[in-house]
Amino acid sequence: MSSMNGWEVVIGLEIHAQLATKSKIFSGASTAFGAEPNVQACAVDLGLPGVLPVLNAEAVHMAALFGLAISAHVAPVSTFDRKNYFYPDLPKGYQISQLAQPIVSGGSVTITTGEGEKAVNKTINLTRAHLEEDAGKSLHEDFAGMTGIDLNRAGTPLIEIVSEPEMRSAAEAVAYARKVHAIVQYLGICDGNMQEGSFRVDANVSVRPKGETKLGTRTEIKNVNSFRFLERAIDYEITRQIELIEDGGTVQQQTRLYDPDKDETRMMRTKEAADDYRYFPDPDLLPVVIDQALLAEWKASLPELPDAKAARYQSEYGLSPYDAGVLTSARAIATYFEQTLNAMGSAADAKLCANWVTGALAAQLNKANLGIEQSPVTSDALAGLLLRVADNTLSNKLAKEVFDAMWAGEGDADSIIDTRGLKQITDSSAIEAMVDGILAANPDKVAEYRSGKDKLFGFFVGQVMKAAQGKANPQQLNEVLKARLGPSEGSS
Amino acid sequence: MSLNPSQLKHVAHLSRIALEESKIPALVQDLNAILAFAEQLKDGRLDDLAPMAHPLDQQQPLRADVVSETNQRDILLKGAPATEQGLFLVPKVIE
Amino acid sequence: MSDYLQSLSHLRAGLDSGIFSARELTQYYLDRVSRFDGALNAFITKTPERALAAADEADQRLAAGERAPLLGIPYAHKDIFCTAGVRTTCASKMLGDWVAPYDATVHQKLNAAGAVLLGKTNMDEFAMGSSNENSAFGAVKNPWDHAAVPGGSSGGSAAAVAARLVPVATGTDTGGSIRQPAAYCGITGIKPTYGRVSRFGMIAYASSLDQGGVLAGSAEDCALMLQAMAGHDPRDSTSANQPVPDYVTELDQPLAGLRVGVPRQWFTAGLDSVVAARIETAIAELESMGAQRVDIDLPDAELALAAYYLIAPAEASSNLSRFDGVRFGYRCAEPRDLNDLYERSRSEGFGEEVQRRILIGTYALSAGYYDAFYGRAQKARRQIAANFEAAFRDCDVIAGPVAPTVAFDLGAHMSDPATMYLEDIYTIPVNLAGLPGMSVPVGFSGSRPVGMQLIGSPFTEGRLLAVAHQYQQRTDWHQQIPAAYREGAA
Repeated sequence: MSSMNGWEVVIGLEIHAQLATKSKIFSGASTAFGAEPNVQACAVDLGLPGVLPVLNAEAVHMAALFGLAISAHVAPVSTFDRKNYFYPDLPKGYQISQLAQPIVSGGSVTITTGEGEKAVNKTINLTRAHLEEDAGKSLHEDFAGMTGIDLNRAGTPLIEIVSEPEMRSAAEAVAYARKVHAIVQYLGICDGNMQEGSFRVDANVSVRPKGETKLGTRTEIKNVNSFRFLERAIDYEITRQIELIEDGGTVQQQTRLYDPDKDETRMMRTKEAADDYRYFPDPDLLPVVIDQALLAEWKASLPELPDAKAARYQSEYGLSPYDAGVLTSARAIATYFEQTLNAMGSAADAKLCANWVTGALAAQLNKANLGIEQSPVTSDALAGLLLRVADNTLSNKLAKEVFDAMWAGEGDADSIIDTRGLKQITDSSAIEAMVDGILAANPDKVAEYRSGKDKLFGFFVGQVMKAAQGKANPQQLNEVLKARLGPSEGSS
Repeated sequence: MSLNPSQLKHVAHLSRIALEESKIPALVQDLNAILAFAEQLKDGRLDDLAPMAHPLDQQQPLRADVVSETNQRDILLKGAPATEQGLFLVPKVIE
Repeated sequence: MSDYLQSLSHLRAGLDSGIFSARELTQYYLDRVSRFDGALNAFITKTPERALAAADEADQRLAAGERAPLLGIPYAHKDIFCTAGVRTTCASKMLGDWVAPYDATVHQKLNAAGAVLLGKTNMDEFAMGSSNENSAFGAVKNPWDHAAVPGGSSGGSAAAVAARLVPVATGTDTGGSIRQPAAYCGITGIKPTYGRVSRFGMIAYASSLDQGGVLAGSAEDCALMLQAMAGHDPRDSTSANQPVPDYVTELDQPLAGLRVGVPRQWFTAGLDSVVAARIETAIAELESMGAQRVDIDLPDAELALAAYYLIAPAEASSNLSRFDGVRFGYRCAEPRDLNDLYERSRSEGFGEEVQRRILIGTYALSAGYYDAFYGRAQKARRQIAANFEAAFRDCDVIAGPVAPTVAFDLGAHMSDPATMYLEDIYTIPVNLAGLPGMSVPVGFSGSRPVGMQLIGSPFTEGRLLAVAHQYQQRTDWHQQIPAAYREGAA
């Protein structure tokens, strides 16, 4: 993106995370996903005349946990306001939200972009996180030219998490969104399912000439249901805005939808001055008071969060920052990793385990488009394989073969090793015999080696391995070969 | 602080109320007569008072997170002007 | 048959001793409804069959030896309380024949108490009005003078009780909607402290001001009815979490030394002189009962009016957004598109006054005006509440007028809505502060009744009822029945 020279990108994210409560924020209807239309929309959710909201304690608890997790201010008193607008999937003609006194304000998360030497940490500050109710869904399939309204989702509790406009690239925005995603899942307050809309990310994007302090006109990108699309949508939008300005145009404040099929954003609507939500305190709800002793209890109950876990993986297991970051990027991955380690018992080898979870396993999961919870190779099964690597039964190469067989459902590591006869040869006399055989068959090569052509060492290794069908223990093979060949004169 | 016809039209749109052109002048007059009461609010004594949203000095009660509602769709949809396949119907919404 | 035109305690005794059955009592009042309501138009919906069934059930409970204050007592609901199985209209075309799939908590409680619902009474549409002329079901007449309004918004309940079509009825009061019609119709009404009676299933006008209450023939009857209606409701977050005292027991609390505050600012040029004189006489009566008159300051009535006519419409504009023609109620014919559906359904479904208040409220909340209107009105509300707090340091109850005049003529204010709002000048401050208030009949100006307002500090309903009850032990204004509605009247 050479055209980015001279431009600074400014991105802020608004994340809507559905809270994993059983019932809705203001009614006793179920929040379960995927029910028949309107069977989980009770009179309160439909906004029928005379009904009143009563706040779900768990929604408050979960929102407070999020605040505590990001070291934000959890308000001892917060209030609900009404955001008024007409839309068919908004039953009451207003959304109950929090404007003036949100439950959470401030706080920050640390993101890492780049790998290895180039890894950079950055703190992203949050503006606020507030409780609100979700709207229903409009179904645009044709019902005799009409739109159908399903209000099952109406009243599902959300926290809207608003960042400061502190991200400067799509990569930073994605890193931030992933970190928030990890935190809400670690806390168990959101299932994080982006396909089902449990975790929705809207991006406010603007550009300005480098050195300019005033913000450029921003657009809001909606309808992004994966991190990959988020990155692409923002990158597309950055390029669009820069090209527009460089061609003498101006950016209009508008809402844009990301179309993953065309990989572009398109205008949904312009933000008119007519957007006037007439917020005012909801007179049906009283101030929400959080007792400070209870808040302290909640704080003590916080689970180990991704950053703390990653730090521990580095100090306790000696893992690299990168591996520690990958393993803690989602609660399910960390859980899998820790379960694998546990299952290995006294032979537990964290680095070996980390290599496999972030390497072979991650690659297969990615290829199959599966989450780690759905891995056909369970943590126990992987531990069984890694034990055989740790005790030298399998070389890494053979272990990969066994892993692939396990993935294909051929059974556990030991039974695959047995049926395929993959057990590594560690008997020194057997290895010596094989080495001697190869040296005897190649006297000229032995002579060349001894006269200084030390690169031939690899040739002998290869020949012996071939004879051993790959099963010779590589370390033992090296030792025997070195002893039998003696010094290579030129190598000194 | 009075309302003119174009503000009235804007407010009517926000309220989703259709106005007949012929009724606008009288309505502007009625509304301004009501808004005239608001002159009282310029009272300087109010400047430093905290807004009072509610007469009740109580905090929000909380409900346990329990699913207490069962499927009442058929009953709840009975009062709806237009439904199909368990959905409320409205004229096509263009997004 | 004068056995039936009696206070609730007489009816109770009649039922408990088997002098008459609940069915007979119910039938008697149903007959009065069918005989007299044609002229009054106090009812929107009558439910004779359900009433007789409920009466039979009450008779069975009575026969089984059950004794309860309201068991078998007929009553009517203002048509703002949701009743499963009986339409709830709020006197609006918007709701049409909508039947709520649930009962208001108040209805649930009265049902459980064994009270017998005769029907649902007329009102100003969505409780917006002071004359009951803003009804899609037509105006209600004042039983004392058919040329006069009954007051509003609970005009149907007030007229029905005054004409003794029912012994007692529910009402709601947002800015005076129980007290003013009670005064205009010469009956007793109580608006409890905000939060005392559950708002669940009571269709909202202005949520931070609305409060359900009672219109009845006497303070004692109010006490009996309120006892059954009051109490904490987990379905209403704004319901007061306070124990309910025994109002009937409290009726006889001694009044000696009770300081009755009389606001100087309320007895000025704006108050009709006959109304003022009747109230002064009643206050003198209280003094003769041992109470002590204290002249107090209660300023800012105009400020309260200004605050109310922004706060109430603002809340209403939002509360009434749900009436959009999508999930229930009225939908315009053949909408062209979504906006047309919204705009036509709402402008065809809502009456003029409701539309006016929605527009004012929307304006008061809109960008650029919020601080000057709504924000400022909330500050004024704080001032009004503080004024009452100061007043209650010098007195125990406040006594004054309910309205500046007696009932005005039908049609008198219809062309000028703002002057109608002045009718509420003495009642509105009470709602803003969330206090309990009562209207007690204290005489007449010509053919039209005069009511005195009693105001207390929060949750002192028992004391207000006691003052009114003991006053009613020494006067008979509350027992007056309009000539045309006395028994045997043609």
